[in-house]
Amino acid sequence: MSRIKTFPKGGIHPTDYKEATCNKEVQNASLTSTAIVPLSQHIGAPCECLVKKGDLVEEEQIIGKSGGFVSANIHSPVPGEVIEIKQIFLPNGMAVEAVVIEVKGEFKRLGKESLLHDWRVMTNEEISSKIAEMGIVGQGGATFPTHVKLTLPKGKSCETFIINAVECEPYLTSDHRVMLEKGSEVLEGIQIMQRLLSPLNTIIGIESNKMDAVTLLQSLIAEKGLDIEVIPLEVKYPQGAEKNLIKALTGNEVPSGKLPLEVGVINANVGTCLSVYEALVLNKPVIERIVTVSGGAIKNPSNLKARVGTSFRSLIEDCGGFSEEPVKVIAGGPMMGFAVYDLDTPVTKGTSGILALTAREIKASRPTSCLSCGRCVSSCPMGLNPTKIFKFIDFNMSDQALEAGLMDCVECGSCSFMCPAHIPLVQGFRGGKKIVRKNSMKKAGQ
Amino acid sequence: MKDKLLITSSPQFHHSQSTASIMWTVSLCLLPAGIWGIYIFGMRALLVTLSAIIAAVGTEALLGLIKKENTVFDGSAFLTGLLIGYNMPPAVPLYIVIVASVIAIAVVKWTFGGLGANWMNPALAGRVFVFFSWTGGMTRWTLPHPGGPDVITGPTPLGSLKSGLMSMADTIHGPLDLLAAEGVPVSYMDLFLGKIPGSIGEVSALLLILGGLFLLIRKIANWEIVASYLGSFLLLVWVFGGFRYGQGAFSGDVLFHLLSGGLMLGVFFMATDMVTSPLTSKGMLIYGVGCGFMTFLLRFFGSVPEGVSLAIIFMNIFVPLINRAFQPEKFGLVKEEAAR
Repeated sequence: MSRIKTFPKGGIHPTDYKEATCNKEVQNASLTSTAIVPLSQHIGAPCECLVKKGDLVEEEQIIGKSGGFVSANIHSPVPGEVIEIKQIFLPNGMAVEAVVIEVKGEFKRLGKESLLHDWRVMTNEEISSKIAEMGIVGQGGATFPTHVKLTLPKGKSCETFIINAVECEPYLTSDHRVMLEKGSEVLEGIQIMQRLLSPLNTIIGIESNKMDAVTLLQSLIAEKGLDIEVIPLEVKYPQGAEKNLIKALTGNEVPSGKLPLEVGVINANVGTCLSVYEALVLNKPVIERIVTVSGGAIKNPSNLKARVGTSFRSLIEDCGGFSEEPVKVIAGGPMMGFAVYDLDTPVTKGTSGILALTAREIKASRPTSCLSCGRCVSSCPMGLNPTKIFKFIDFNMSDQALEAGLMDCVECGSCSFMCPAHIPLVQGFRGGKKIVRKNSMKKAGQ
Repeated sequence: MKDKLLITSSPQFHHSQSTASIMWTVSLCLLPAGIWGIYIFGMRALLVTLSAIIAAVGTEALLGLIKKENTVFDGSAFLTGLLIGYNMPPAVPLYIVIVASVIAIAVVKWTFGGLGANWMNPALAGRVFVFFSWTGGMTRWTLPHPGGPDVITGPTPLGSLKSGLMSMADTIHGPLDLLAAEGVPVSYMDLFLGKIPGSIGEVSALLLILGGLFLLIRKIANWEIVASYLGSFLLLVWVFGGFRYGQGAFSGDVLFHLLSGGLMLGVFFMATDMVTSPLTSKGMLIYGVGCGFMTFLLRFFGSVPEGVSLAIIFMNIFVPLINRAFQPEKFGLVKEEAAR
């Protein structure tokens, strides 16, 4: 077995709480009667709405057309009638248009044998446009449109293709289950992307708390004779952060302010690989995903395969509801996820988890003064001095904050997690970044 | 249900240690050494410690009224008071103790903005202030008398050493010999257990080490500071400590200096004070070495036998400079410059 790798600087060890769901096979979530489908489920331009109130839509029909190059199509997750088009708030605070569909009519795939397509006979252009058409976005949480990532700019080549199967966020086990249950499909998805990128090496990085997935994938790879390496990584947050993962696996540091391609790397999440497989082989768009529903306040934590547009409430009910009153409900993991105020929030392509946490788990307390303990400094995976940057922002000295590396912050939350004074460091950096961007836009406008 | 959900920016959960839990943990780790001090020095020691704590917490509460913010329960004022009590000779007049606590909280801590803003360890600064103001009262030591009555006074081992060196005979080999010749025989075991005159909380090296190790395990005390402080100080003692007894290099009595004076209290509980120590690993190492070096200089060449307090507050002054000099290395920056 290869040596367990990691990135050298910073990082933290939060308790991972994965045992609640890591051994639970993925169950189908109950079908929702009304799907609320947001028209922006990705980074980039929102989709253009193709339907209006009263329209009948088929399952998998495109209802939101990609609004630009960096954008991804949105398909109807259910067959039915559009009963409303309204504005909703996504967990990240963005207000977006959403199509509300009342389920009616026939499901395409339920109980039917899928027709398998052969991507090997397709040209690269055909594969690429299929990925774009099927609305695939990065499923690690950042939801960057996949076809954009797979389109190499002129003069650039991909040396190392990294599959991010780290899943370093506590509680979440959806990627873990995907690997265990859909290993072959994931590997085929990787092969499809290998065709497009023709990388020199392909590496799957998995945290070593998922050794069952490591051995399974390794044996599948050996069986099929694929050119893919599986490397176990140390259990350390944020091992799955793009730049830190590249450092851990290749030893290269992506220069400040640059993209991974600068050091010849393309990253893709393991869930994305499954979507690519489904798009090319099953001709199926992204209308569902695996969501970990967990946390101390959930009666029966599970991994559920849920259609986009299903409400959090419905998934929580599938897990037996709350065992006690939660203090926070979170979309995503506890380190980078968003707190939601409304359980009617729908699942989107980027929802990796729904967590209902108790006060005991959160350990929140009132902020006190900075003790200069240096824990934020030693935990920062980007080698920044969070306390200093925070003070600059606090004193409205954005130029100095910028110089101190504000824009290099990946918002992983390690500093805030460790801070004994409970100072909302990351929150400050988000605000600081906004101010910096606004100022630079002002300057550009002059 | 809906209006009860908490909405906050990520991260959504948190490490279990908070400012208050850290302060109270440190206080708890200090407790055994103080109980030992009260056991061997009598109830007077308890009175001194309590006075220091009450004065410190009271000052904090009063100043909190001005700022309209009650910070008593974060434990920092309690800890400061406790440390001041521990740094006092058992027979010290109570007004000295109270002045030390008030100075620590009101001047050293609050004039700079309260917890986190002080640039010098308040307890140490308070202690040093009263030490130079009332040197007589601050050097009236009580002989250890387990359970018995107090007010039998005698010098600390380091104090005896200082005066003994003035009239040194030729046949002395090391500090223990010298103390025996001075008529105050002390064994390593006495030093280790704390059966010596000294400040209330500093005498039991054993209990302080146990408390200190717990802090290291909980990562409240930084190993960088502890290791570099002890390492540099003991190295210097070993290399140069023998000279004053007419011996060559590498013959200093490391064990004696390790166990005597306030070294253990200083190393584990005061040099590692988060507020007044550097931010980065490298900075902490430099700071620790500085503390060790200064402690060596003060113990061996200073006119005051106890170098630890002064050494630490001296190094506190350099912390902002150290922080500026030893910044963390930014990710992805080295490469960029190399590529240019």
